[in-house]
Amino acid sequence: MPGPKKFSKFRDVMKEVNRKGAALYKNPVGTEDLVILSPYSVKYIHSYAEDSPFFLGLAKGKLLGSECRNCHYKYATPRSHCMNCGHETRWFPLPKVGRVHSWTTCYFGSEEFLKETPFNLALIEFDGVDTLLLTRLKGAKEKDVYIGMKAKAVFKKTPRYLISDVHFVPA
Amino acid sequence: MPASRKVYMISGGVTKFAKAHPDMDFRLMVKRAFDYAMNDVPKLKASDIESTRISYFSDHFARQLKAASMVQDYLGMNPKDSRRIEWGGATGGQAIQAGWETVASGRNEVCLVAGFETMSHVETWKGNEFIALASDTNFDYPVGGFYTGYYALMVQRHIYEYLRKTKFADIKDEKRAQRAATEEAKRIMAMVSVKNHVNALNNPYSQYPENLSMKGALGGEMVAYPLNRPMICTMSDGAAVAIMASEEVAFKYTDHPVLIKGVGCGTDTMRLADRPHEKVPIFSWETDEYYSKLKYPGVHSFRAGRTAALEAYKNAGIRDPKEELDFVELHDAYASSEIQTYEDIGLCRYGEGYDFVDQGHPFLEGVDYGLELRHRGTLPVNPSGGLIACGHPVGATGIMQGVFALWQLQGTVGKHFGNERLQIRDANRGLIHSHAGTGSSVTVTIMERA
Repeated sequence: MPGPKKFSKFRDVMKEVNRKGAALYKNPVGTEDLVILSPYSVKYIHSYAEDSPFFLGLAKGKLLGSECRNCHYKYATPRSHCMNCGHETRWFPLPKVGRVHSWTTCYFGSEEFLKETPFNLALIEFDGVDTLLLTRLKGAKEKDVYIGMKAKAVFKKTPRYLISDVHFVPA
Repeated sequence: MPASRKVYMISGGVTKFAKAHPDMDFRLMVKRAFDYAMNDVPKLKASDIESTRISYFSDHFARQLKAASMVQDYLGMNPKDSRRIEWGGATGGQAIQAGWETVASGRNEVCLVAGFETMSHVETWKGNEFIALASDTNFDYPVGGFYTGYYALMVQRHIYEYLRKTKFADIKDEKRAQRAATEEAKRIMAMVSVKNHVNALNNPYSQYPENLSMKGALGGEMVAYPLNRPMICTMSDGAAVAIMASEEVAFKYTDHPVLIKGVGCGTDTMRLADRPHEKVPIFSWETDEYYSKLKYPGVHSFRAGRTAALEAYKNAGIRDPKEELDFVELHDAYASSEIQTYEDIGLCRYGEGYDFVDQGHPFLEGVDYGLELRHRGTLPVNPSGGLIACGHPVGATGIMQGVFALWQLQGTVGKHFGNERLQIRDANRGLIHSHAGTGSSVTVTIMERA
């Protein structure tokens, strides 16, 4: 049986490994390195636990923040206990319109979102709320977006129960 | 640090950082760095080492759980005390402090600190995904899933606070003013990128030495606006080792140990969105009035970095880092975060980071950058080339900074680099800074010639 093919460029080794599962790398340091494909995948059973109402809210077209029952600090990205005083929070409806607090356009990304590039990320601020919400800003190109720009929430018709069930567009 | 014993770094070793090291697995990489460090202090025997602190960031990259135990095994360190250190991007900086801690407490006389990362096992975009899993996987990862995107968000606000509202305050059209401010920031971030790549030309351990021009730095492919490829560190394979010893034994092993003068550590929220908007914790030379209009840290600055610096300066008795430090090796995962960090650790005030670069302060004397620099060499930052040019094998990076600082303070850069061009003359005190997450975890360590 023929052994694995040998390559002197590591890029070619990677290609061959993806195709055939193994390749030899003729390393300039003088070694011959056996490189194999080692797949790994996993499905997690993930509970949103205390954050569940937020994601159920998205599915109903509602954006829920949380407010500390003690010091009344208001979170746009919810947490069930206050980071300032440690008390429990309660849910409250966030405004559907906010402003861009900061933004960027991503032209590259991680494997999962590579096909979606370019996309805008934005941190949204809401009047009377102390913290921000990270979201995608759609319907605007890099040249259109600026800090302070008004933006409103849009919800997915078919929820996937992910934070991406909501995105923002220029208001 | 009144209650603790004095601790010294007595030796170090680094493998050349590279895109991939298919000829060495993580154990052999660490072994090479370890052998180098041991050869530099021939009087130290492996049996003198009483404990190890072994660092790597990601089990996903390693594809081997308990890899630290396997390093311990390969180095022949069994059955000694050991533990794994993981703290995101600041894993290496935290490992150095863990080594310091065990010696400072009196538990050990000599501790080996060793770190590595093998990031070449996956394609770059998969690597981006692994790194992004170090952001909130309920609220952040499914939106962005990309660390450069997070840092772009932070620098955009930094530009807004410190350029739009000052130098570009006169432009009435909001969008035009912001664009002009961002262009100015890009020019200055490109200068940082040029500095670090050109410095690395004389560092044989670096992954991306390059005689980079401003044109090249500005023309790089855009990754997340306004950060382009030359302004971002890459993924690497590499290992680094530092050996820590008590005052009782350090001078037995070397005539040139380097004192760990002060350590500091700070933290902040994992999610950018949760960062408070409060008052700036000020250094002794700053005033509350100066920052009266500033909401802090917001998403523009790193409270964890400032907290770490405040503690480290207090422990080291440093009143003015600009005057009392001779160099800084900081965590420039992005050219933007290098500038943000100048302000966090008090090399200048908040808002002055862009000018600090533009005037030339962090550039080395005697290196040709092809730039007009008025005040070069005031306080060299990342003389090694930093993460941008050395590479960033996460678990090794902070230790690498410590080793480069050791060699600067020993005056042995020539011996280890094969040339003297990056040796800062009479370097007496340096700062190393290790940074993780979206600024969620930072260590600052002050090192001093003994």
